[in-house]
Amino acid sequence: MSTATAQTSKPRRRWSRQARHEAVSGWAFSLPFFLCFILVFIAPIVSAVRASLFKQQAAGGGLYGNAGGEGGKVDVFVGLENYVVAGTDPEFWKGVGRVMLFGIVQIPIMIGLALALALLLDSFLVRRKTVWRLGYFLPYAIPGLIAAIIWGYLYIPEVSPFADFFPNMEGNPFFLAPSIALWSMANMTTWTYTGYNMLIFLAALQAIPRDLYEAARIDGASGWKITTRIKIPMVSSAALLAVLLSIVGTIQLFNEPTILKKLTTWMPNTYTPMLMAYQTSTGLLTPSGTGPASAISILMALIAGVLAVAYFFAQRKVNQ
Amino acid sequence: MSALKPTVDGLEYRPSIEGQPPRSIAPSAMARTITTILLVVALIYFLFPVLWVIFASTKNNHDIVSTFGFWFGEKVDWSGNWALLTGWQPMFLRWVGNSIFYSTAAATIGTLLSVSAGYAMAKFRYPGRSVMLGTIMAGLLMPVAILTIPMVLLFSQIGLNNTIWAVIIPCMVSPFGVFLGNVYATTSVPTELLEAARIDGAGEARIFFTMVIRLLAPAMVTIFLFIFVGTWNNFMLPLMMLSSPELKPVTVGLYGMMSYYEPQKGAVMMGALIGVLPLIVLFIFLQRYWQSGLAAGAVKG
Repeated sequence: MSTATAQTSKPRRRWSRQARHEAVSGWAFSLPFFLCFILVFIAPIVSAVRASLFKQQAAGGGLYGNAGGEGGKVDVFVGLENYVVAGTDPEFWKGVGRVMLFGIVQIPIMIGLALALALLLDSFLVRRKTVWRLGYFLPYAIPGLIAAIIWGYLYIPEVSPFADFFPNMEGNPFFLAPSIALWSMANMTTWTYTGYNMLIFLAALQAIPRDLYEAARIDGASGWKITTRIKIPMVSSAALLAVLLSIVGTIQLFNEPTILKKLTTWMPNTYTPMLMAYQTSTGLLTPSGTGPASAISILMALIAGVLAVAYFFAQRKVNQ
Repeated sequence: MSALKPTVDGLEYRPSIEGQPPRSIAPSAMARTITTILLVVALIYFLFPVLWVIFASTKNNHDIVSTFGFWFGEKVDWSGNWALLTGWQPMFLRWVGNSIFYSTAAATIGTLLSVSAGYAMAKFRYPGRSVMLGTIMAGLLMPVAILTIPMVLLFSQIGLNNTIWAVIIPCMVSPFGVFLGNVYATTSVPTELLEAARIDGAGEARIFFTMVIRLLAPAMVTIFLFIFVGTWNNFMLPLMMLSSPELKPVTVGLYGMMSYYEPQKGAVMMGALIGVLPLIVLFIFLQRYWQSGLAAGAVKG
């Protein structure tokens, strides 16, 4: 009995020294990143939750003017009032609705286009793939804001080489009309990110073992069948990732409306929720300040999370 | 095209072309033509705005309105637009320089941080590891722009806003980088090699900096590139964090230019072109690396 414990305790002590070494090294290598991650991801969430419970109020004029924080304002604890204000604001929900409509239309078009291009480039119909691949990917190398400026100019008739051919609508140039502008922005996003998504699909397609196609050929499958029964199902996990990242991207729509706002007169400060949050924090919308802006940000993060999780589970159910 | 070769038994055969599918399943000329047309149409869609910017950047405000968009104006006025741009925005070159500096700094530090964390999570078992990994992967799906307003608040409380760190620190933290570093370290750093080095008496830091970093080099180029581009592309963060004009990156500078009531459009387009060029050069230069990196992320994810 006692010898048995002695025998087992010896390797256990050695294991634990190794475990300590692993723990120390593991922490040492990951801690620098994790500290920065806390500063950039976790601390802002905590401070946003805290800020969202406060409201910035003028610190009473006259005698007590400028008594409080900067600009003569003090933070007043208001509980969930900021959430109630944002959550009952029809403009906020209109913005959410626009973003959702945008996503429901734009994401399938972009992912479909990316998948189609990837399938074509992966097939044996095409030679010299590098040229196509680079050409389609090029827009991704153009910063979103600069892309928005370029497309913005392509939308206004004074500058654009082709906008002259489109009639004015609702008193605006065609592409900037209130009923069209959302789709003009969808075009910018599609233009920027299709190539990126195509590369992800292409990488997944090229990882499929070629023997699978040979086997299917011998069994008499046509090229179309191979595409729909082998290739597309095999890239579904890449598609899941692409769609999730697109949902997250759509929620953050900011550059495009910011630029189009400069080119139109009708676009409200609340056109998308991120624009609304920004304008709230800079004081162009009331109630203004970091409290209400944080509340809008948190609501949007929650909506993004719910959408991403819902899509994830819907996708899994379909695949089963 | 190789000619038909008769064999001794009088039959003819067509040898397959290297790298091409067997002739029995070779596509018809029709299918090939349709495919090419589709690909060309797509290529035109993706490239014409870029071409247009190149032409527009050579034109003055008069030509940009009156001449055909997809060709040069009455005269190619690069120097005129350049003078207009730098006269109007004397700090323009500084903004480009700022962008280069922010992107390089964020990408260099960020790459090192991400691969070391990814490596730690792939090769060491330590308490808190899976929680850490889970949190970082959740961060991959966190809409970063939504964090911007809270981050501005936080950074102004600790006095970091309107400094270079206000742009560099948020941009260098890349959950995607950790993910890629983790995938790469799992598959391409053999544990036996680490053990051999340990038996030879090498310390963990030395193992990492002399061996592991070399094995992870392709992943590091990809991560570097993605953080670099992400930082260069960032607009809302510097817009809100920075108030001094001399700290602006080129995106914020261009936004300011196009916000004028009557902007010099040719000069704005030249600015856009200059603001894009470094990225395109970098992408074309490093394409072998980012493509393989993307492949690893897409396939093993």
